[in-house]
Amino acid sequence: MSNPQELRYSKEHEWLSGAEDGVSTVGITEHAANALGDVVYVQLPEVGAAVTAGETCGELESTKSVSDLYSPVTGEITEINQDVVDDPALVNTAPFEGGWLFKVRVTDEPKDLLSAAEYTEFSGS
Amino acid sequence: MSSNTPVEPRRTALDALHRSLGATMTDFAGWDMPLRYGSERDEHLAVRTRAGLFDLSHMGEITVSGPQAAALLDHALVGNIGGVKTGRARYTMICRADGGILDDLIVYRLADTAYMVVANASNAQVVLDALTERADGFDAEVRDDRDAYALLAIQGPESPGILTSLTDADLDGLKYYAGLPGTVAGVPALIARTGYTGEDGFELFVAPADAEKLWQALTDAGAAAGLAPCGLSCRDTLRLEAGMPLYGHELSTSLTPFDAGLGRVVKFEKEGDFVGREALSEAAARAESTPPRVLVGLIAEGRRVPRAGYPVVAGGKVIGEVTSGAPSPTLGRPIAMAYVDAEHSAPGTTGVGVDIRGSHEPYEVVALPFYKRQK
Repeated sequence: MSNPQELRYSKEHEWLSGAEDGVSTVGITEHAANALGDVVYVQLPEVGAAVTAGETCGELESTKSVSDLYSPVTGEITEINQDVVDDPALVNTAPFEGGWLFKVRVTDEPKDLLSAAEYTEFSGS
Repeated sequence: MSSNTPVEPRRTALDALHRSLGATMTDFAGWDMPLRYGSERDEHLAVRTRAGLFDLSHMGEITVSGPQAAALLDHALVGNIGGVKTGRARYTMICRADGGILDDLIVYRLADTAYMVVANASNAQVVLDALTERADGFDAEVRDDRDAYALLAIQGPESPGILTSLTDADLDGLKYYAGLPGTVAGVPALIARTGYTGEDGFELFVAPADAEKLWQALTDAGAAAGLAPCGLSCRDTLRLEAGMPLYGHELSTSLTPFDAGLGRVVKFEKEGDFVGREALSEAAARAESTPPRVLVGLIAEGRRVPRAGYPVVAGGKVIGEVTSGAPSPTLGRPIAMAYVDAEHSAPGTTGVGVDIRGSHEPYEVVALPFYKRQK
């Protein structure tokens, strides 16, 4: 398993892309997807919703459990990934690509997001 | 000294093999067991369409033998065990004096005066202790054989063909809920046509030292048929689709077999007294006059998954509780088993929902099981 170099990571196992025009893409890491097992239902925030770094903004349901989805940054949702709502297995099969969850216009970003190397050490994978 | 000292989980004879296969391991009743090897959905579908191989060595085997073995089991359990023919098996329960279910069991009659009782891993010690205590005054021996057996299960439509290629035992003559001693891949085994998946299949009780050899032989023999190693996660969804109860979910000490809709396992007509008879007679009469909550199936109209403990609601009132829930790989929708008030239990009852973390999701009431294999 490799965590893409260009992304930043939260300790809640989300990844965050660099901001294009102030908008970043958010997903969960392969490590988190593997820990969840087969994801069967994804509830995402609505476009236009305000999200706060470290707070719940949705949920991910897998065969055996349900987990809260946290936002790694503060901002406003600009887009959600309808493909992953229709086919939640994308979270497992392509967590860093087609399985992205939402895009957010970032107004504030915590200082403690991790680099790929730091996240690899943190998550042990 | 400290009660916080972590207890090392028990490992089965196949532990190294599971790790070499990349299994995700989980603690289950004090055992470190494979949860899944890859995708639990793929494992589930392998069992439904081809075959799956399980390590179930955490199950608790107890041997009961001696001239009064049958009499002891008739006294200790609610079933008619003396009536089980040699080579056959019976699903039964062990209850407390107050009728509460201590565990559900499969009892194999191995010989005229020898039985093997298979208990759930989480209850094995409780069952062993109860049987030992109840054996007082009987000419019978209760022996803890948990360390004497590893248990492998091969389940799914291809399993008879795969097993036939490894044994001379007469599998065609082996009925469902029967077991016979034989040899599989050169390994002495008790070959039982039992399982917990809703499919045809076999459970193989072998010496732990032989477990890896048998696993490898089954894996090799099953490769062409698409046999997949399977973990506890898919075992749970398979048994849920098959409407089979799980101790700690559908069964508990706070329920009698009559409350669980399984009163048929209680055999009042058998000779002699048995532990729980009086309380169970009362429970049976109560169930006649005031129907208890009924175990039903629920199928989601949406995609949110009900979990154990979630309230079942209708007309703004709580009418029951989910005992097990999961997305069903076979139906493609979330399903659940739940105890609901009798008036809402008829298949097709409308207006029933599950409170999923505050939102009432519509569910259809159906008869169990959700899935029945074509024979």
